[in-house]
Amino acid sequence: MSESETLSKEIGSVWLAHSAGLHARPAIQLTKMAKRFQAEVWVGVSEDGPWVNSKSIARVMGMKVPSKTTLYFSAEGDDAQNAIRALIKLVENDFTSVADGGE
Amino acid sequence: MNKNVGVVIVSHSVDVARGAADMVRQMVGDEVPLAWCGGDPAGGLGTSVEAIMVAIEKAWSDQGVVVLVDLGGAETNSEMAVEMLPENKRAKVVVCNAPIVEGSVMAATEASGGASLDEVRHTAEDLYAR
Repeated sequence: MSESETLSKEIGSVWLAHSAGLHARPAIQLTKMAKRFQAEVWVGVSEDGPWVNSKSIARVMGMKVPSKTTLYFSAEGDDAQNAIRALIKLVENDFTSVADGGE
Repeated sequence: MNKNVGVVIVSHSVDVARGAADMVRQMVGDEVPLAWCGGDPAGGLGTSVEAIMVAIEKAWSDQGVVVLVDLGGAETNSEMAVEMLPENKRAKVVVCNAPIVEGSVMAATEASGGASLDEVRHTAEDLYAR
């Protein structure tokens, strides 16, 4: 089982251009989006980690990620790929228009 | 609306309570039942057990309600308000040991994803325990 689990692990990255960086409001939007998925989803500023649970608002905000940083996402679970896609899209859209649902 | 834990904000100052609620609405959104109260009936600083009870009813969710308070009387009056609730509701309301503004925003963020009462409470209370 452990081998098949590693197959479902997804990784993605996106350029964080938001002028304030990953401050309060963007961090909240990111956390809310991550919570829509069953998969475990982590975020980091390097593809080697350290990874932070993206569903924990205190931890995401605690990263204090500045603007003009590459954000990395790592997810594991059935909807891992969708989670990564949705999070990348959220960051690309400057953390706006998330109220319309995931599709 | 009732599927998410509700958030009640209780401050001695009506402006602080309203401002914290504004932050929740603007930063987190409207998926979470939210109510606030502050000040005494005469318009000064203070808190009122009756107003807190009204706020708890307004933010009521069958999943439970977390109450974020500022100083002394806000906490004791909130605990008194919880005691005066019907017995079946009492166990579903918790007064958090957390900073009122940050705790409200954090609790609402956690609640917006459908988290349990315990999870919402811990998110607010663990804010500075990282």
